[in-house]
Amino acid sequence: MPAAPGRNAIEVRSVSKLFGTSEAQVAALDNVSVGIRENEFFTLLGPSGCGKTTLLRLIAGFDYPTEGEILLYGQDIAPLPPFKRPVNTVFQSYALFPHMTVSQNIGFGLEMLGKPKAEVEARVSAMLKLVKMEALKDRRTSQISGGQQQRVALARALAPQPKVLLLDEPLSALDYKLRKEMQIELKRLQNETGITFIFVTHDQEEALTMSDRIAVMSSGRILQVGSPWDIYDRPAERFVADFIGDSNFLPASVGAIESGIARVKLLSGAEISATVAEGYQPKAEATVAVRPEHATAVRTGGQLPGSVENVVYLGTDTHIHIKLDSGGNFTVRQQNMRSQSCGFEVGERVGVQIAADAAQVLKD
Amino acid sequence: MASRRTFDLRSQPAFSFVALFTFFMLYLPIAALVMYAFNAGSSMAVWEGVSLRWFYEAAGNERVQEAALRSAVIAMFAALIATIAATMAAIATTRTKPYPGLTFKYAFINQPLMVPEIVTAVALLIVFSRIKVWTGYSGLGYLIAAHSAFCIPFAYLPIRARLENMDLSLETAAADLYATKWQAFRHVTLPLLRPGIIAGFMLAFVISLDDVVITEFVKSGGQDTLPTYMLGQLRRETTPEINAIAVAFLLFSVLLVTAFFFINRRKV
Amino acid sequence: MTSAAEIVRQAERDDVRSRWLLSAPALLIIFFAAIGPLFVMLAYSFMAKGDYGDVRFGEFSLDGWFSVLFQRDIFDDTIGLADAHLSIFWRSVKLSLITTIVTLALGFPTAYFIATRPPHTREVWVFLVTIPFWTNLLIRTFAMQEVIRNEGILNTVMIRLGLIDQPIQLMYTDAAILFGMVYVYLPLMVLPLYASMEKLDFRLVEAGYDLYATRLRVLWRIIIPLVRPGIVAGSILVFIPSLGAYVIPRVLGGGKSMMLGNLIELQFGAGRNWPLGAAISITLMAMVMVALLVYVRNAARSGAQHG
Repeated sequence: MPAAPGRNAIEVRSVSKLFGTSEAQVAALDNVSVGIRENEFFTLLGPSGCGKTTLLRLIAGFDYPTEGEILLYGQDIAPLPPFKRPVNTVFQSYALFPHMTVSQNIGFGLEMLGKPKAEVEARVSAMLKLVKMEALKDRRTSQISGGQQQRVALARALAPQPKVLLLDEPLSALDYKLRKEMQIELKRLQNETGITFIFVTHDQEEALTMSDRIAVMSSGRILQVGSPWDIYDRPAERFVADFIGDSNFLPASVGAIESGIARVKLLSGAEISATVAEGYQPKAEATVAVRPEHATAVRTGGQLPGSVENVVYLGTDTHIHIKLDSGGNFTVRQQNMRSQSCGFEVGERVGVQIAADAAQVLKD
Repeated sequence: MASRRTFDLRSQPAFSFVALFTFFMLYLPIAALVMYAFNAGSSMAVWEGVSLRWFYEAAGNERVQEAALRSAVIAMFAALIATIAATMAAIATTRTKPYPGLTFKYAFINQPLMVPEIVTAVALLIVFSRIKVWTGYSGLGYLIAAHSAFCIPFAYLPIRARLENMDLSLETAAADLYATKWQAFRHVTLPLLRPGIIAGFMLAFVISLDDVVITEFVKSGGQDTLPTYMLGQLRRETTPEINAIAVAFLLFSVLLVTAFFFINRRKV
Repeated sequence: MTSAAEIVRQAERDDVRSRWLLSAPALLIIFFAAIGPLFVMLAYSFMAKGDYGDVRFGEFSLDGWFSVLFQRDIFDDTIGLADAHLSIFWRSVKLSLITTIVTLALGFPTAYFIATRPPHTREVWVFLVTIPFWTNLLIRTFAMQEVIRNEGILNTVMIRLGLIDQPIQLMYTDAAILFGMVYVYLPLMVLPLYASMEKLDFRLVEAGYDLYATRLRVLWRIIIPLVRPGIVAGSILVFIPSLGAYVIPRVLGGGKSMMLGNLIELQFGAGRNWPLGAAISITLMAMVMVALLVYVRNAARSGAQHG
C-alpha cells in the first residue's frame, strides 16, 4: 500500500561521506539523493557496511557529510548540531542512561528543551501509556528486560515530538518472537503519532512487513526506492533481486519493448514477455529475473528443458533444482500438498514453465 | 571400595605449597608489627604482656598529632587537585581518534610513574630550595604541588578506565535529546563517571598519605608528615609507640583500600 | 556559505583545541612539579659545586659527571676509579636482580595458585595480595625489621627451637635489604602475573596433556610462554623500584649497606656535592629508562606475536 505522496520531510541531495585519511579514503556514501515523505515509514535496507547507518547519522547530526546537503522541510540542517535538530534517534544499543529511571530517561529530552515541569510530567505519562510501561516507570533501566528497554528507548525518542524519528536497527537485539511483536507495535506507533519514521535494517522481511517505502542500499549507493511490492516484484537490479528473496537469473536477448513489456528470447530459444525495470537502457543482451515461486516444473512442455538435479523438502514447500540444457541452473519452488510428494526424481527430464507476467528484465 | 586418583589438570607440583608460604610471608611481618604494638614494656626487646599503653602514648603525643593532621591536609588538597586535573585530562584523552599530541599527553601524564622517586625528590629539592630563597615562602604549598603531580597518574588510571568502558552512544543520545555539550556532561557523563572519580580520589589520597621520599626532601623545617616523622624516629632507639602509630595507619589504609575495592566493583 | 567539508574541519579543530585546554592543568602541574625540575637538575649536574652545598650558579664544570666513576687522589692527583661509587652501583644492580628473581620464584606459583582457584574465592586471594600492596611502604619496611632484627620473630623462634644460640645479625646487611625488597615488592610481581594467568585458556593446557606432555613440560612449553607478558611486566615492575630504592636500604641497611638512592641523598646532604648527586640521579634515571625500553620492545614483540 503505497503512501499518498506528500511533501518531503527529509531531502538528501547528492550526499557523499568519505572516511579515513586523505591517502586512503573510503566512501561510505557515494552521491546519494533521496526524498523521504512526510508521515511515511521509510526503510533503508542493505547489508552491513552499505552506508545505511552512516546516512542515518548524517541526518541526526552525529556526523557531517563530506559533500552535499540534507534538508529538513526545505531547510538546510548542516549548521545545526544534533541537539538543535528536531530529529530523534532510537539507537541500536538503545543507549538508555543507566543512572536514571525509566521516567527520567523519557523526560530527558523535554527537560533539556527547558519545558515546564508539569508539561514534562504529562508528556512522560502519556508516553509511558503509549508504550505500555506505566507499571515500570520508576525502575532503573538495568532492571528491565530487553523488550522493555526497547519500548523505553522508543518513548524517549518520541517524547519531544520530533519531526522525524530515526531508528537504527532497533529490533536486532531482540529474539524472534519479540521482534515480530515489536514490528507490529512500531507500525502502530507510527500510525498513532503520525511522525515520519526512518528505519534502518538489514532484515528484508522486517523491511517488507513494515515499510511504506524501501530504499535498497549497497556499497554507499541507493539502488532502488519503492514500495515493498515494487522492490520485490519489480527489482531494478540484480543486487536488489538477489538481496530480497530468491531469484533465478537468465541471460536473454531483448526484442521490442511496448508500454513497459518486452519480448525476450531465452537461451533455449523460447520467447516470453517480461516487464522492464525502470531506467532500463535498451541493449541486446540482458538478464531476466524470475522468482522460484513464479515457475513450475512440468513433465511435458515448458520454456526451459532440463533435468532434476536435486529435490529439497522444506515443509511448506519443496525446492526443485533443475540443470538447464541451455546452461545454468533454475530453482522452482512448489507448494507442498499433504500426503503427496512433489513426485519428481533426481535425474528425471523436466521443463520449466514460467508463469505469465513473472519475468523482469533487469537494468544491469 | 578402591579410591580412584583423578588427574587434576590445573595443579603443578609444589605450587600450592609455595603460594601458601608466600601468603604466610606477606602477613607474618604485619602480624609481628601489630603484636609488638600491644607490648606493655617500653623496650622493643622484651615482651612484657598485652596493653594499649602505646596507643594512648601515640595519641597523646603532640608531634604525632601535628604530623597526622599535616598528612591529612596535604593528602586532601593534593588528591582534590590531582583528581580534578586528572578527570579533565582523562576526558581529553579518551574516546577519540588519535590526534596530534595524544601520545605526548599519555607520556607526560604517566611520567611520574617512570622516574625513581628519589630522583624526582632531589630534583624538587634543587628547584624548590631556590624558589624558597627567592620568594621567602616556605609553606605547605610546595608539598601540595609535589604531591599533586605524582598523584595525577594514579587518579587518572581509574577515571580513564571508567570512561573507556562508557558507551559513547549515551552522550550521543543526550545530544540527540537536545542536551548541549555542557548539559550532556553534567547530566550524563559526570554521574556515570562518579565511581571512577571517587576511586581516583581515594587512590590519590592514599598515595599522597603514604609518600615518604619526596616529602622528606621537599619539606621545610617542622613540616613533618606522619611517614617522615616515623622515618625520623626509626633512626633512634624505638619504643613500641611507633608500632602503635604504624598499626593505626595500617588500619586506616586497609579501610580505604577495602572501600576502594567495593566502589570499583559497583557497576553504576 | 561554508562548505560541508569546512564545517567538519572546523569541528575537528575545535575538538582538538578543547582537548588541549582540558588537559592543560594536569600537564602544567606535572611540568612544574615533576618534569621541569628534572631538566633543572640536568643543568645542575654540569655546574661547579658550591662550598656549602648547592652549586655555583652558571659556572660550567664536568666535575660532577667525572666523579660519578672516577676520583682524584688527594695526595698525588692521580686519577683512579671511584671504588666506593662502583661498589654501590654494583650492589644496587645485584640486589635488584636477586630481588626480581626471588619475587618471580615466589610470585609465579602464587599467581598460578590464585588463578586456579574457583572464581569467587579468587577475589579474596587477590584482595589478600592487594592489602600489603596499598599499605605504606615505610610501615612494611618497619614490619620486616620486626621480623629480622636481633630480638625479632625470626631470631626468637630459632633460638627457642634450639637451632642457634646467638641471634643472627641480619640488620644493616645486604641480606636485610634483600629481605625488605622481596617483601615490599612481591605484590608488584604477583598482580601482573595473575592478570595474565587469569586470561590463560586452560583448554590449551588440556591440549598439551592430550598430546602426551608431562606436567613439567606443560608448564615449560605452554603455560610459561603464554604468560610471558606477565612475567616481563612483573619483573620490570619489581626491578625498577628496586634499583631506585631509598627507604628500604636506609632503614634496613642503616648507613652501612648503601644503594644508589642513599648515595644520591648523601651528595645532597653531608657530601655537599650537588652536581655529583645530580649526575648520579640522571645516571639512575637512564638505567631505569633502559630497563623500560627493554620492556616496551618486549611488549611490542609479544603483542605482534599474539595479535
